[in-house]
Amino acid sequence: MIKKLSIAILALTALGFAGFWILTLPNGLKSEQVAALPTGDAVAGETIFWAGGCASCHAAKGATGDSKLVLSGGVELKTPFGTFHAPNISSDEQHGIGKWSLEQFVNAMKRGVSPQGEHYYPAFPYTSYARMTNKDVVDLFAYLKTLPDDQTASKAHELSFPFNIRRGLGLWKKLYLSPEPVLSVEAGNAQLERGRYLVEGPAHCGACHTPRNLIGGPKLKNWLAGGPAAEGSGSVPNLTPHASGLGNWSTAEIADSLKTGFTPEFDSFGSSMADVQENMAKLTDEDRAAIAEYLKAVPAIESSASK
Amino acid sequence: MKLTQFKAPFVATLAASIALFSASAIASGDVAKERQDLMKNVGAATGAGAAMVKGEVEFNAVAAQLVLRTMNNGGLAFGYMFPEGSEKGANTEAGPAIWSDRAGFDAAVNKFVADTSATVTDLDSFKAAFGAATANCGACHKAYRVKN
Repeated sequence: MIKKLSIAILALTALGFAGFWILTLPNGLKSEQVAALPTGDAVAGETIFWAGGCASCHAAKGATGDSKLVLSGGVELKTPFGTFHAPNISSDEQHGIGKWSLEQFVNAMKRGVSPQGEHYYPAFPYTSYARMTNKDVVDLFAYLKTLPDDQTASKAHELSFPFNIRRGLGLWKKLYLSPEPVLSVEAGNAQLERGRYLVEGPAHCGACHTPRNLIGGPKLKNWLAGGPAAEGSGSVPNLTPHASGLGNWSTAEIADSLKTGFTPEFDSFGSSMADVQENMAKLTDEDRAAIAEYLKAVPAIESSASK
Repeated sequence: MKLTQFKAPFVATLAASIALFSASAIASGDVAKERQDLMKNVGAATGAGAAMVKGEVEFNAVAAQLVLRTMNNGGLAFGYMFPEGSEKGANTEAGPAIWSDRAGFDAAVNKFVADTSATVTDLDSFKAAFGAATANCGACHKAYRVKN
């Protein structure tokens, strides 16, 4: 009896491991999807580069001007799970992504899968980039290839158990990785759709401005409502049209703040948002207006921030 | 009543009042609040300047000079308004780098003071000076302000 029981337990455990293995398999593009990828345009890719805020994490901390184009890595994100170190994504063949194929790049951006077939941690905001068009991702890759190489070695993340087991992210992705938009918007409103695309996709505003649950998944009921910072300390502002958010800001004021860095009261953005604003300033007036239009259209939610 | 008898309690009271006043001015909660008010004044001046630059209100050289002087006043005060011990209070967003990198912070403040010292002659000179002055806001806040 005991022998039968232990065999049953062993079998169940084996089944459990097998199930975990299958459920957590990294899921890259299929060969026909790879074959259908468009050709990249580096000029168009520069816009995506700024919209995506790549330099804010992947350039060296404190980089300004042209040094933002040296993607040596180095920014630290301190989170409840541990410290993430943004890696080198320069054109360097050894330390950066100089040897990557287009397929590997698209898998990283939209599936969160590394060239070695491992899961990336969602500190790299692929859950947002998954909503990007293939064209934009391919253009971005073409642009990144024009940027300088840098030989700084990437640092390993410092995470605690169980978050140090990458394989477990396969389950996390089942819950939180989807190319579908977060919100449905009125069909046929091109500006609103463009704003949604930018905010939910490349600009990954929700990565900071949407609160996260205990395993780091976004609380979509509080979409863009701010709250305790997922990284560093303090709290992140509410971007929804609630009075505790951007309720008193006009669409023009939101767009203008992204261009100039000043709020309607002429306070100026600080901390990581000062850097994000510098990126947003490189977009067109139309794109900033589209972002503002979307932010005025999202559900108004009371801020979950502490103050 | 002899003068000496009068003087002692008077001096003591005065000293106590000054001590109390100083304490209220130096207590970190208050200086944190005061620098926030100072920043708001600088913000109000920036708003007035931006309205002129954008043509929302008519350019006036005297008012434009006042905008820069008000910003300059803020800059002259900033160096004194982040003393040791004022790292907390009033939900401050002052970043720890102000104290860990004092030389860098002082250099940023001095740059702001220099960039707000221009003399305004016409709209073009104001646009140039105001652009240079306001570039300091984001640059300094990026390095020395944190989320709260």
